[in-house]
Amino acid sequence: MRKTSAGWYMLFVFPLFFIFSTVVLAPFFMGIIYSFVSWDGLPLNPKTFTGFDNYLKMLSDARFVSSSLRTAYFTLISIVAINVLALAFALVATTSLKARNVARTMLFMPYLIGGLILGYIWKFILGDAFKALGEATGLSSIFFNWLIDPNFAVFALVVVTTWQMAGYVMIIYITGIQGIPEEVIEAAEVDGAGFWTKLIRIKFPLIMQSFTICLFLSISSCFKIFDVNLSLTGGGPYNSTEMFAMNIYNEIFSLNNYGYGQSKAIAFFLAAACLTLAQVVITKKKEVEIQ
Amino acid sequence: MKKALNAIANVSLIIGCCLYLFPIYIVLVNSFKNRAELYESITALPASFSFEHYARAMEKMVFLDALKNSFLVTVISIAFIVALASMCAWMLARTASKLSNAIFMIFVATMLIPFQTLMMPLMQEMSWAKNTLRLPMTDTIGGLVYMYIGFGSSMAVFLYHGFIKTIPKSLEEAAAIDGCTAFGIFWRIVFPILQPVTVTVAILDVIWIWNDYLLPSLTLISKANRTIPLSTASFFGQFTIQWNMAMAGLMLTITPVIVFYLLAQKHIIKGVASGAVK
Repeated sequence: MRKTSAGWYMLFVFPLFFIFSTVVLAPFFMGIIYSFVSWDGLPLNPKTFTGFDNYLKMLSDARFVSSSLRTAYFTLISIVAINVLALAFALVATTSLKARNVARTMLFMPYLIGGLILGYIWKFILGDAFKALGEATGLSSIFFNWLIDPNFAVFALVVVTTWQMAGYVMIIYITGIQGIPEEVIEAAEVDGAGFWTKLIRIKFPLIMQSFTICLFLSISSCFKIFDVNLSLTGGGPYNSTEMFAMNIYNEIFSLNNYGYGQSKAIAFFLAAACLTLAQVVITKKKEVEIQ
Repeated sequence: MKKALNAIANVSLIIGCCLYLFPIYIVLVNSFKNRAELYESITALPASFSFEHYARAMEKMVFLDALKNSFLVTVISIAFIVALASMCAWMLARTASKLSNAIFMIFVATMLIPFQTLMMPLMQEMSWAKNTLRLPMTDTIGGLVYMYIGFGSSMAVFLYHGFIKTIPKSLEEAAAIDGCTAFGIFWRIVFPILQPVTVTVAILDVIWIWNDYLLPSLTLISKANRTIPLSTASFFGQFTIQWNMAMAGLMLTITPVIVFYLLAQKHIIKGVASGAVK
């Protein structure tokens, strides 16, 4: 084995690790310290150490509690919607139909556009266009401006997030389904397995790993939703669609509670990390390996 | 009979997909309409194609400047991420030591940290660097690029590291015996082999950096530095009621993305799939 000198090691590793440390590591540790102080963000004003007060304050902060619960509710509905749709798309895109590649290309496209722009596109559709449609068809109980009704506005976020993510998650399911060996499917067909039997008994257990990845990706991106939230509803009407990430942003940059807002940001990190780790541990156990 | 059924299935699949992309059709057709036309029917094709709204939206968004800024930020950031992360990952993978392990684990573990956890302290640190150290970290394209390198490093190192472990060392060892330096070995022999990962990293980072809103919104203050998401957001703040002009602005912002997608479609889908599966 070639011996690398310490000099070369430094030259290759140090530049990136230095930048990474100043952009990610230092702010992370500074953030933990900020979460224990009370500060309004003005450099000249004092930062007062308040111990765990910030963390205790969260529990009685009604706006924060409802925004966290809403985020959980939103995440739950969205991951079901995204994964059901994505799996259905993936099953269609792996049939022998000639149009399957064109379909895959088209279904994936929304993912590339980016949350902020998608939010603006749908703001027009779910707002003014829906209202106009309701007036024209008389179905005004379904077609009205969704964005001004608190319950429907959360659902509007689900619709847009699903539209954005389904094509992306589909790609991962496709990779999983294409990885199933032909012989397994053929053997099942010889044994007389129908469409549903093949799907549930053969395909699903063999793409367990894809389920892990897809759930992991959709949970973490839904839980951290910000851009779509900002452009589609802006948290409104009356903060009724403000999600966790936006609550942190508003607490820090609109209400100028830098210390308190940062303690929420640390709680956000802990919640995101726990969700991800728990989910990986649970689904890893269920995976089936082909020998 | 079977042929006919097959044709029907193909056609209905394409129609279904077109319906799925209906929102983009809505944006496109309404960007050409005048106000009366727009409210008469939202789904109808425009009576005439006028590019008037496009011209105005372009001017109001300072679109060409924003396009240039987005392009610069994306390309320079990715060039640095690819170069620095591949070098770093190769050295970490090829030098088995506790230090290498620890550095690698730190990179991987920080992938769990959401941006919102870091944004406030990061901005404090960067304005401190600007005020005390006189480094141009805030409100500059360079400062933004620096932060993207930091945020992009974990995933890039992770992807490169995983790939490097699967390639044999024999070529590198032969080159070392011939007296090649570590730098030469890496750039002449290893980097070309890493090409599939480089494509994956570049694709994933284009999607992320091109569309990113929050980080540039916190660092870039001057109008001249705005990237496309920033100029779209400020444009939308002013012209929400004038939907036809807003739609023209949205068409302008999504056109580069669609062109990029059509040009590099295969690489993008492959890159996204392999990036997610690892």
